[in-house]
Amino acid sequence: MAGIVRYGSYVPYFRLTRAALGRGSGERAIASYDEDAVSMGVEAAREALRSEAGSVAGVIDTLLYATTSPAYAEKLDAGIVHAACSLPAGTTALDLGGSTRAGLTSLLAGLDLASAGRRGLLVESEVVVGAPEGERERNGGDAAAAFVLGPDAQSVVVESARASRTHELLDVWRAPDERFSRQWEARFGAETLLPLLCEVATEALQRAGLQPADLATVVVDSTNARVVRGLPAALGLKPEQVADSLAGSVGRTGSAHAGLLLARALDVAKPGDRIAVLVAADGADALILEVTDRIAIGRPRHAVDDWIASSCNDVTHHAYLKWRGVLPFEPPRRPDPDRPAAPPMHRAARWKYAFEGMRCSACGKANLPPQRVCVICGAVDQMKPESFADATCRIATYAIDRLAYSLQPPVVAAIVDFDPDGRFQSELTDVDPEKVAIGDELEMTFRRYFTADSVHNYFWKARPRR
Amino acid sequence: MASNGIRDRVAIVGMGCTAFGEHWDKSTADMLVESAGDAYRSAQVDPEQVDAYWLGTMGSGLSGLVLSEALKIQYKPVTHVENFCATGSEALRNACYAVACGAYDLVMAIGVEKLKDSGFSGLVVGSPAHDGARADITAPAIFSMLVPAYCKKYGVDEETLKDVISRIAWKNHANGAKNPKAQFRNEVPLEMIKASPSIAGMLGLFDCSGVADGSAAAIVCRAEDAHKYTDTPLFVKALSFVAGPSEGNKRQDYDFTTFTEVVASAEDAYKQAGITNPREEISMAEVHDCFTPTELVLLEDLGFSARGEGWKDVLDGRFDLDGPQPINPDGGLKSFGHPIGASGLRMMYEMWLQFRGEAGERQLAAPKLGLTHNLGGGPGSCVSFVSVVGK
Repeated sequence: MAGIVRYGSYVPYFRLTRAALGRGSGERAIASYDEDAVSMGVEAAREALRSEAGSVAGVIDTLLYATTSPAYAEKLDAGIVHAACSLPAGTTALDLGGSTRAGLTSLLAGLDLASAGRRGLLVESEVVVGAPEGERERNGGDAAAAFVLGPDAQSVVVESARASRTHELLDVWRAPDERFSRQWEARFGAETLLPLLCEVATEALQRAGLQPADLATVVVDSTNARVVRGLPAALGLKPEQVADSLAGSVGRTGSAHAGLLLARALDVAKPGDRIAVLVAADGADALILEVTDRIAIGRPRHAVDDWIASSCNDVTHHAYLKWRGVLPFEPPRRPDPDRPAAPPMHRAARWKYAFEGMRCSACGKANLPPQRVCVICGAVDQMKPESFADATCRIATYAIDRLAYSLQPPVVAAIVDFDPDGRFQSELTDVDPEKVAIGDELEMTFRRYFTADSVHNYFWKARPRR
Repeated sequence: MASNGIRDRVAIVGMGCTAFGEHWDKSTADMLVESAGDAYRSAQVDPEQVDAYWLGTMGSGLSGLVLSEALKIQYKPVTHVENFCATGSEALRNACYAVACGAYDLVMAIGVEKLKDSGFSGLVVGSPAHDGARADITAPAIFSMLVPAYCKKYGVDEETLKDVISRIAWKNHANGAKNPKAQFRNEVPLEMIKASPSIAGMLGLFDCSGVADGSAAAIVCRAEDAHKYTDTPLFVKALSFVAGPSEGNKRQDYDFTTFTEVVASAEDAYKQAGITNPREEISMAEVHDCFTPTELVLLEDLGFSARGEGWKDVLDGRFDLDGPQPINPDGGLKSFGHPIGASGLRMMYEMWLQFRGEAGERQLAAPKLGLTHNLGGGPGSCVSFVSVVGK
């Protein structure tokens, strides 16, 4: 058997209030204009990999990336996650998707791989774009979760049992060239999916030798809200056993949702707790987990609730639609961004994706971006690579650029000084331009700068500490 | 280290300069024909007498053919020069050296830029294929980084600094209003400057130079030949050019209140010209006022003001046209806009007029030494040109 060794989550900074959408209450999480499922997945993966004792990235040999909002129809999204997280070259990497069921089924597959001796990183990430004014736009959410999978002895939570059903059903669908998913009448889907979910839950509980009442937390997710609402009663659960669906604060985050809710359950879980993860989408899956006493040392820097608390909901529906590319608009009187070229990106991959600078062996000083000749002492080819992705930094001076084109003007840039040395001119994101000041502490975050000729340009920005 | 200099070994004996502005009706070739023609006439030479050409343009064409085709130059050397926003000055510098070394007797440096055909606002610079790992911000934003750094270092509050940079804009527009070749020929009230919409940080619209088309040209010969062409040649006392290692964005000891490259090129130029106290010895200067905080910092870098004191000198009117050390008497980039390849030679054109007593309403009394300064890039990573000229 195997389990989850470490976990991490990511909820973007911005929220869209349902008041701004004209219907409903609460708010949903939205990826910023410079985020997509890949960049958010990287943020969650960094949370899962980073620990007090350093990064566990070096032991990973399998990367599973699950999403129904891929950056590319053809090109490995997991390859970008792999590069940004500095995973070992020998890693097997694959993209999974096709259904929001993919989040939990990828976890099941990852646990199997871990049982077979592999060390997996599972990243689940989703940007849910619904047709304007529709239910999916209102109730969807954007977030990511990540899990490092390994042997029992290292796990914060281990698998007790599972069960699955696959069932052909026209519930939610979207053709490859379509932007918005559609869904059959919810009453129909619930009629099929709820019994399936009860079946797998019961079956998994039986295999684990447990009763529903033994579960500390039950994570329930489905494409169909009626299934989520109906499951507790159908299974005889008490309300306090059922994990908050985060409908009011985040929204349903597709294939990342069960993972996000599981991460939130783990944020407060006690050793010995039994957690069930139940998902109904194109069938149903159930996973029963048992929390180990390693939970206290396996938690990430940010709890899910930390991410939820760190937010800004000052975004209009209009701006949101521009961010997601739904709304056409008058372009600026500036040239379109120049697409990055493959050979320079390849040469600079460690810098561009992993934010790996150099340190001069002759004088010991940092060089960003990587240099052949040391900017401090002039030594030639004495550099050793060093990642600055997790280094904290401060603003030396800054610019609020109201002329540069941005989907979220103004562009804020700063000269950023790392601790203890190293300097870089960085764009800032998730920032209130009115509050930028010399000396502000920042941290680096992986972002999608722009897309040109269908090439997504990923690189790092600095953000105020969240 | 540093250069040997060619003090008083070459002279400018003719110059031409087009009006600067939005020349929808003129091509790059049209402007070259105009400024070159004015320069030939000014030096009273025929095109056949000019042995070689240096053409400065950053984006209005490639190779010497841009000039030779426009002027129908008959099988002579034409060198295309590019060095960011100092391109025009760089064309002049190389032309001067070619004469000083004896390779040619009579040469022309000519700069041109056609910015207004692109349809874009602001400056557009193409770049080689790249890795996408960079944050592109606009020129005003890059230079606006000087403001918070300067305020913090010298304890100047933002309101006072806004007064300072607004006064720089006011002064340069007031000077430009007296210049028939300027793009903007109106005095602008201080209050309007201060109230203009923000472009980048503290920089409002009036803190930024305009976007214009233009061309300017100079004819250069050895000093001993100068009086063959004119009774009032302009002698070159110093030419300095510095490209920095682009370290200000990479090392923490750079503080964004100076252009290290400008300090280095000024030091070199002053040594060449034998200047020890630029605040007293330089009668007037044309400096690279692409944005108003740039001018403020340049005043200190060029030694016209003590460190941290430039803002007070500005408020005291030291650099006004009727002050003790007029800066940008022609109106500067503020009034002329900044057609990249032309700007450095346009600055020199003002020196030419001032020393010959032809500056009209802007004429200064008996200037002794004049300075032009041109920079390209931004704080922490730039190229800088400084010249000193005089009778």
